[in-house]
Amino acid sequence: MRNDGLTWLPDLANSLEKTSVREAYGNTLVSIGSDRRVVVLDADLSTSTHTVMFKNKYPDRFFNMGISENNMMGVASGLSWTGKKVFVSSFAVFAAGRAYDLVRQSICYADSDVRIVATHAGLTVGEDGATHQMLEDIGLMSGLPRMSVLSPADGMEVNQVIRYIYENRGPFYVRLSRERVPVIHHEETFKFGKAETIEDGDDVVIFATGILVAAAKIASSYLRSKGVSARVLNIATIKPIDRDAVIKAARDTGRIVTAEEHSVYNGLGSRVSEVVSETYPALVYRLGVNDVFGESGKSWELMDKYELNPMGIVKKVESIMEAKV
Amino acid sequence: METQDLYKIAKEVRKWIVTITYEAKSGHPGGSLSATEIITYLYFREMNIDPSKPEWPDRDRFVLSKGHATPVMYSVLALRGFFSTEKLHEFRKVNSMLQGHVVNHVPGVDITAGSLGQGLSNAVGLALGARLDNKSYRVFAMIGDGESEEGSIWEAALSAAHLKLSNLIVFLDRNMIQLDGFTDEIISLGNLEEKFRAFGWATTTIDGHSFEDIERALKWAKTQEGPKMIVARTVKGKGVKFMENNPEYHGKPAPTEEKLKEALKDIEEM
Repeated sequence: MRNDGLTWLPDLANSLEKTSVREAYGNTLVSIGSDRRVVVLDADLSTSTHTVMFKNKYPDRFFNMGISENNMMGVASGLSWTGKKVFVSSFAVFAAGRAYDLVRQSICYADSDVRIVATHAGLTVGEDGATHQMLEDIGLMSGLPRMSVLSPADGMEVNQVIRYIYENRGPFYVRLSRERVPVIHHEETFKFGKAETIEDGDDVVIFATGILVAAAKIASSYLRSKGVSARVLNIATIKPIDRDAVIKAARDTGRIVTAEEHSVYNGLGSRVSEVVSETYPALVYRLGVNDVFGESGKSWELMDKYELNPMGIVKKVESIMEAKV
Repeated sequence: METQDLYKIAKEVRKWIVTITYEAKSGHPGGSLSATEIITYLYFREMNIDPSKPEWPDRDRFVLSKGHATPVMYSVLALRGFFSTEKLHEFRKVNSMLQGHVVNHVPGVDITAGSLGQGLSNAVGLALGARLDNKSYRVFAMIGDGESEEGSIWEAALSAAHLKLSNLIVFLDRNMIQLDGFTDEIISLGNLEEKFRAFGWATTTIDGHSFEDIERALKWAKTQEGPKMIVARTVKGKGVKFMENNPEYHGKPAPTEEKLKEALKDIEEM
């Protein structure tokens, strides 16, 4: 089997410098916590989401709402109307899935200033399996009027994203993973609504988000050695999507590959395809989970099994380069 | 304001309820007529509010968790002076401020609601926010009995008791009817007062059409610790004979001009 260091296992995942996005979230919450308007709610997962770090520093403004995500979203809405800057955390599967109608009605339709920061999105939940592996949240949250959807790639970007949503009016949905992720940034680059160029290139453009940004970077360097020049864009803001970056990619190369730890339906690939189809028609190949549920296993094992790795991206790029435009 | 005057205002509110639902050819008169005295009392006597300053930060709040009862909510707000009664004729019409379910861009409305079972959680959040700010305003809410079939009502009930929200006072409009029929035939709610007491709330039961009972309950509420649940026995469609205790008029207005006249006559003769 061809490997060329393009799968996470046996070596790649361990060889990369990594950060915890959840710790970054907890640390940033603590850093903004001196503002008495900041109130944090969790639903019995505070040690997993790391909101416990805020709780330990500011216990009077942390509320554990118990295993009641619906009520938690409703309470967050009410708190926001008393002028609080409310952060709500749970696993993505509960925050975006179970509590969807509360998010729709009490937060988005009511135009409430609430920030949902959901952890444990995607397959890298690992051993807990399909019940806890949220692969539809980008679609669910992007479909809601007024909602902005963010998916930072590493700890430094999480820090910037959390500070951005603290300083701005919600509603926001931020998607984080459980797994420690490869470091992408060594300086602060996040700009709301803007794609970030990680690698330049003019044969094909890879739009990646979250953990797949690291995969895209590795794929791009492999492809370069094979004579393919792949641009890599980090998409930390999925809604609103950076339309200009999409149009430019389509115009420059006519070939786009998207990569995300999410269903191929209604995620980053869909957002990019929507822009392309109505502005500058080009080929878009989407890498994601192909309309199936996840399963138990180790994070990186699962990411390899479902080809959410550099190899998966390389294959998409190779096949899109062969396609006639 | 004298209690006799409140009964007069309640009559005006009821006339608006049947009129604007008739004009809109849609809306929810039944559960509006059952809630009329409670919401009238809150806005005309109990709540610390100023219609000229609907956003006044220290005002008392009200959450209409049964968010379909907009005919009574908007009528009370208009008669109280939050906006012109002329606006009521735009109820449920295109481009209108007055959406079918209650929405917070309407002057005097504190919380958007409509999907059942959410407003009580919103009220818990408002009450918690007041406490965090050391504010003394109170948060009132109204939930329906059919609405109490939603699980999130009971999540909210747990949290209000756990947080010991003494500034939260909730009315339960126990009119015994929901869209498809009588609550006890659809899903047995049992004794809701006992259920809320078991959840840690201070509870009492009143006649929800008696201003004297409402007044007594709100005085009682001031003496109780923790969240308060006032179960109000009411009649769905109260005041309009063909609507009273008739599930058909949960979400259907007077069907003809003759029926509207009949409804207005019934209300006048209450």
